[in-house]
Amino acid sequence: MRELTYNEAALEAVTEEMRRDPKIFYMSTDALPPLLKEFGEDRIKATPITEAAFTGMAIGAAGCGFRPIADWRQVTFCFVAMDQIVNQAAKIHYMFGGQVPFPILFRASVGGGGLVAAQHSQSPYSMFMNVAGLKMFLPSTPYDMKGLLKTAIRDNNPVISFESSRLMGRKGPVPEDDYTIPFGQADIKREGSDVTVVALAWLVHEALAAAEELSREGISVEIVDPRTLVPLDKDTIRNSVQKTGRLVIADEAGPTAGFSAEIAAIATEDAATFARLKAPVKRVCALQVPIPYSPILESAVFPDRNRIIAGIREVLAGNKAAAA
Amino acid sequence: MALATQSPSTNLSPDKQREMLRQMLTIRRFEERASADYNAGKIYGVVHCYIGEEAVAVGVCTALGQGDRIISTHRGHGHCIAKGADLNRMMAELYGRQTGYCKGKGGSMHIADFGIGMLGANGIVAGGIAIVTGAGLAAQMEGKGGVAVSFFGDGASNAGPFHECLNIAATWKLPMLYVCENNMYAAQTAAAKTHALPDVAARAAGYGIPGIVVDGNDVFAVYQAANQAVDRARSGGGPTLIECKTYRWRAHTERKGQPDPRDPGEREAWLRKDPIALLERQLREQGELDDAGLRSIEGDIMGTLEAAIAFAEASPFPLPEQATDDVFSA
Repeated sequence: MRELTYNEAALEAVTEEMRRDPKIFYMSTDALPPLLKEFGEDRIKATPITEAAFTGMAIGAAGCGFRPIADWRQVTFCFVAMDQIVNQAAKIHYMFGGQVPFPILFRASVGGGGLVAAQHSQSPYSMFMNVAGLKMFLPSTPYDMKGLLKTAIRDNNPVISFESSRLMGRKGPVPEDDYTIPFGQADIKREGSDVTVVALAWLVHEALAAAEELSREGISVEIVDPRTLVPLDKDTIRNSVQKTGRLVIADEAGPTAGFSAEIAAIATEDAATFARLKAPVKRVCALQVPIPYSPILESAVFPDRNRIIAGIREVLAGNKAAAA
Repeated sequence: MALATQSPSTNLSPDKQREMLRQMLTIRRFEERASADYNAGKIYGVVHCYIGEEAVAVGVCTALGQGDRIISTHRGHGHCIAKGADLNRMMAELYGRQTGYCKGKGGSMHIADFGIGMLGANGIVAGGIAIVTGAGLAAQMEGKGGVAVSFFGDGASNAGPFHECLNIAATWKLPMLYVCENNMYAAQTAAAKTHALPDVAARAAGYGIPGIVVDGNDVFAVYQAANQAVDRARSGGGPTLIECKTYRWRAHTERKGQPDPRDPGEREAWLRKDPIALLERQLREQGELDDAGLRSIEGDIMGTLEAAIAFAEASPFPLPEQATDDVFSA
């Protein structure tokens, strides 16, 4: 199969969907050249640097029958649009009794690794997971990117596509034909029997590297990639933990009230899963700090394959009795 | 900045002028009843009354067609009624019933009727300006000559979305009317303490679009300004900022015991400028309205209103399990 980068897969999904549906148009603070070339200024709109305004405009246009894509570029840029995202986009369908759908795709890159410091590096998806009325996903491969982005564009709700900065240039196989990946369907990226690692985006790849290394010691690691954050595939996560009895959660965000906390709760509040847990759940997360600039500091903040390995060893050594 | 204070009504038929009176009176009677029922405990949460400002919604909406779209504020009953919303479903929403516009999920601050181009009352000051600017963009892309109207207050004119959206609408020549209802107070705080300039309309110059100040209690002056702005918008000329100077007769909300720091003398002076009394007088002077005609209009309104109350009271409350409906669209 031919290979595309993560970023190319996203562009291909958007391009194919825009060819299919004339109601789709695109707003961002700079027009993406390949989109502009094919679709022109009528459908590819370069906006002033006013995320609040064009986020709100996407809501209004969606309520009038269009299917806007609002590209915030970096997720940190959308914080000036929080009223439009949280008070308007997320609530408007419910608050007005479901009168009309609001099909909107928001795009935002997340994560670190770029040495661009705190205002251009963040993984704040759990802030949005906490708001009812938004769907969201974070793919780890070009294949998942194209399939999930197409599902998002065809969804009749506001959907946020979180896209990992670290993975933009990473290649992988992507079919040329039209395919979609349903929301709420986790993907087991590697099967294993000793411990479950739930990871997102770049950390899926770090977890795969960790699993490969540990396999030489006879340790069998299962890697679950939830892919969509809302809706979240609880069953696949619980089934995996019930099988392995151990859970490590790897997240490029900090731990506090985060995605990792949600996964831990999903595992431990379910009686059947809790009964099978052989050790306390371990979270391998970024430090709870704004992301610093200097390379030494930045890499000190983020989890990586070595920390995932350490986390796996910890849950393998631990057991419930020892914890008690 | 142009100034429009005269009231030529010649391009509106007598029937249309009486219809404007009927709409303004409907808004007033609806809110008088809503306030009473709120105080009787039949309506919950919070109610913001538009009484005293009726000429703005009716004057602007008279200049619109059915395909045009508007967005409103937390003080939204007047815009709903002027755009043609159904009083039964409005009152049922205030009563928190299943049959309300939002199935009891929204209440007074969130009434919407997308079917008539009413994109919703909005509880966040300046929250609707960007959304309706998106409706203006939609109208431009549809290419059918539609326009979109943002109603907002003097308070919202100091918030970011006002400036961001005026700039985009002016740059993209969106078919928009930005209608500032300057009632001189943002909740309890006087505009004089929060605005660098007395006229919001003066800000239009910064975006290269017309900014017009009108007497917001003169429905014909409002209509005339809106009509010109609609013509300009439909013909591709872009947006207009219309500032309607008006006054809210009641406190910020109907909640009892709220402070109202406004000068009673100021309020008395504005009561004498009642927009409904002014229109009534104009119609009588033109020989288009007499006592019997007015009684007939009032009778119709009270009949419709009583029917709306009866509809709301007879309607079921939502079921508890319906709290989880409509978070997402299918």
